[in-house]
Amino acid sequence: MIFPTDLLSQDALTPVSLLGAVVLGAAFGFVLERSGFGRAQKLVAQFYLTDMTVFRVMFTAVVTAAVGTSLLAAVGLLDLKAVTVNYPTYLWPMIVGGLLVGAGFVVSGYCPGTSVVAAASGKLDGLLTVAGVVIGMVAYAEVQPAVAGFHDSGKLGGVFLYRLLHLPPLALAVLIAVAAVGCFAGAGAIERLVNARRDPAAGPLA
Amino acid sequence: MTRDENRYWNPYLAGVALGLVLLATYLLTGKGLGASGASFRAGAAVVNAVAPSHVEQVPMLAATTEDGSPLKNWLVFEVVGVALGGFLGALTSGRLRGETLKGSTFPAGGRWAMAIGGGAVMGVGAQLARGCASGQALSGGGLMSAGAWAFFLAFFGGGYALAALVRRQWR
Repeated sequence: MIFPTDLLSQDALTPVSLLGAVVLGAAFGFVLERSGFGRAQKLVAQFYLTDMTVFRVMFTAVVTAAVGTSLLAAVGLLDLKAVTVNYPTYLWPMIVGGLLVGAGFVVSGYCPGTSVVAAASGKLDGLLTVAGVVIGMVAYAEVQPAVAGFHDSGKLGGVFLYRLLHLPPLALAVLIAVAAVGCFAGAGAIERLVNARRDPAAGPLA
Repeated sequence: MTRDENRYWNPYLAGVALGLVLLATYLLTGKGLGASGASFRAGAAVVNAVAPSHVEQVPMLAATTEDGSPLKNWLVFEVVGVALGGFLGALTSGRLRGETLKGSTFPAGGRWAMAIGGGAVMGVGAQLARGCASGQALSGGGLMSAGAWAFFLAFFGGGYALAALVRRQWR
């Protein structure tokens, strides 16, 4: 086991680990910008079925990370449990939280991360989305003690799909990759169907 | 070479690049990427500057002061990097421009209200879910966490459920 490293650990908070945070964050922000995710119309087009770039980029990234982590764990280079321990499941708040983040996404035009990229690209609506996220999170913290029962409901600990399916992590990652190819074909077919019925001169979201 | 601001990376190649950044983050730092956690800490830092005694009484706010300032945190520095990388990306793609993105017939004030309101709803959702599209869907999803995948599906459900209602802002 070589990874994860102690030197750059998120818990270290040393100058070198915080410099690593800025460098990895910059790479993250640059890729998001190049994907088109600094623009609200590019992001919300996912929900109008005219451009499924969000689904393609996100799912490809998840597949890449899943194959990468499970492959490195299989050959003994990565202690997978040292990473997965940071991702416990709280089923009900995660489902409700997902609904709210999805609803807020289509209203604001961004997610909490892409709104930072939009703000850095000069988009005022992106900057105001960042402000909204800050307000919502602090407001929730204020009322959290009153809803603590729901906040901690469905606490299942570390639950991972390969454990539920009794498969080695790498086998499931490869199966997901194969399924992704089919999903991408389906996404392309839906886009073509929707766009064929629209007036192309009217703009991407009219 | 002229820059075309409507040109983006191929989505599959962009996804692989994003996945490799995420993979590097797991390997080097022991956790994935995030975004909303840093926003929360920025808000907590403001409250802490104005009313530190109040922060002590609110458990989630108090937890951000464990290492001193709420801003002394890996995610905060990572999101500073996200802004830097986003700025450099926009600068070099021709997409850096002060503007409000909206449909031509929709009022700017309405669009600003949607941005703040939608952002606030996402803030509540991200607190419940222990992460947002970055910290939960992407970072938990890449580890095949059941909760992260449930979040991912619910995220698309929430977006599709409300999409028709707010389409006017893009017209």
